Amino acid sequence: MVKRNLHKIYMGLIFVFLYAPILVLVTYSFNDSTSRGNWGGFTLKWYIDLFNDRDIKTALYYTVIVAVLAATIATFIGTISAIGLYNFNKTPKSIMVNINYLPVVNPDIVTGLSLMILYLSTNMRLGFLSMLLSHITFDIPFVILAVMPKLKSLNKHLTEAALDLGATPLYALRKVVIPEIMPGIITGFLIAFTLSIDDFVISFFTTGSGVTNLSIVIYSMARRGVKPTINALSTLMLTAVLILLFIINKRSALVDGQKNNGGNY
Amino acid sequence: MNKKQKFFAYPYVVWMFIFIVLPIVLVFLYSITTKEVNNIKTINFTLNNYKLFFDPLYIGVTIRSINLALVSTIFCLVLGYPIAFIISKINIKHRNTVLLLFILPMWMNMLLRTYAWMTILGNNGIINNFLNMLGFPSLRLLYNNSAIIIGMVYNFLPFMVLPIYTALSKMDQHLVEASHDLGADNRTTFLRVILPLSLPGVISGIIMVFMPAVSSFVIPRLLGGNRSLYIGTLIENLFLVTGDWNFGSAVAIMMMLIILVSMSILNRFDVDKEGGGSNLW
Repeated sequence: MVKRNLHKIYMGLIFVFLYAPILVLVTYSFNDSTSRGNWGGFTLKWYIDLFNDRDIKTALYYTVIVAVLAATIATFIGTISAIGLYNFNKTPKSIMVNINYLPVVNPDIVTGLSLMILYLSTNMRLGFLSMLLSHITFDIPFVILAVMPKLKSLNKHLTEAALDLGATPLYALRKVVIPEIMPGIITGFLIAFTLSIDDFVISFFTTGSGVTNLSIVIYSMARRGVKPTINALSTLMLTAVLILLFIINKRSALVDGQKNNGGNY
Repeated sequence: MNKKQKFFAYPYVVWMFIFIVLPIVLVFLYSITTKEVNNIKTINFTLNNYKLFFDPLYIGVTIRSINLALVSTIFCLVLGYPIAFIISKINIKHRNTVLLLFILPMWMNMLLRTYAWMTILGNNGIINNFLNMLGFPSLRLLYNNSAIIIGMVYNFLPFMVLPIYTALSKMDQHLVEASHDLGADNRTTFLRVILPLSLPGVISGIIMVFMPAVSSFVIPRLLGGNRSLYIGTLIENLFLVTGDWNFGSAVAIMMMLIILVSMSILNRFDVDKEGGGSNLW
């Protein structure tokens, strides 16, 4: 009994450690006082400031556009490449899978600076396109890693049966293989999307000429010190994440009812 | 499956060559040449960039970064192992909820999570305000090593807990019962049965915390201020401020080497060659 309580106290302390900072951000986003120590009453003025801040609006626009484009393109390339790689012979396959693994195990800073060197050595201007290409590059490996296990557990005879029944290979792929690996594709897309939305280091190195994302704006604001508008921004982003998680949970509860999709978290 | 479908991967093979292999080759090339690389004919090979890395100043930076990453990793392990253990003991009905609550902060942008600590530790942050209220003088909590360690532990703790949790929950519970039946007490069972079986998870956890901790430049920049250099902030400086790509590339290559070496040392302990965190991704 004592041990059980000890466990509860320990977990309680850990949760305080995890949630206190977030709670502080949310509380101070409503604080009508610039110095953060004092409580100056409830206000929404930081939110109004936020909506009038042009930098943040541009950054939000680029964050969403890049994440949607990069995740979609990466999911498409990643899925067909996983199908292709799956049919490779053993040695080339393991070489390719290992190269594919590089951006996953490399520190972000190395991936970021190596891509920056690539773009600048080929005289490419850093900006929207370079940031998008970088996001696609670090998204694809995660899509492949999500789709590959689904291909491995796929029943080989299904495709053969489809072919025997007169389906063309492409038709069999579209009607048999893709639906079977769909949970993996969706997981891959969601991972790619969250990674893109959240990315800082790689974007920081590969962007330029006025193109930023939210992480970069937060970084440059935070380096100049604490600013209440960041608190308001955090609260809004946290709300967005919570809504997104709620939707995913609802969805996976539905999927789980039919089939265990081996999702990530 | 159809052999023709191999062709599907060919575009990505080209993509991988351009965007994954070529950039790393370029980094290596920059690290072994002198600055005048704009003219391909006058390319000069040199090892001076690496020699400079072994200058006491930069060796100091490297050791400081490794130390900081090690301390953060140890804190994560000491705090994280009990968390993983307790979560794995919670009954299955509530376990997923607790796990979700634990992972939830990770879904918040990493910069915001780091920034939150600036609000808490800052000169007129919460802790100092509280101290002032009680009549104590303010403490300098921000812009030092402890602030960086707090930030790292806060950001990377889940990376330690999840692989250990996976290893513990995969473990056959009958082994624990068997150990008790054979007369071992809780301590012996833990040391001789549970701990060795969770070792793969511990090792993946250590790798997953140490790697981002040693290469991070955001946390040292925001919580450590501008006073001392770490390997991540040094690389950022060299590339984005001074524009010394050659030396910067050499530092990056050395950092990759440090990570590779520490990973291969750790993998020796992983007898099963199967990290507990392998199904995390």
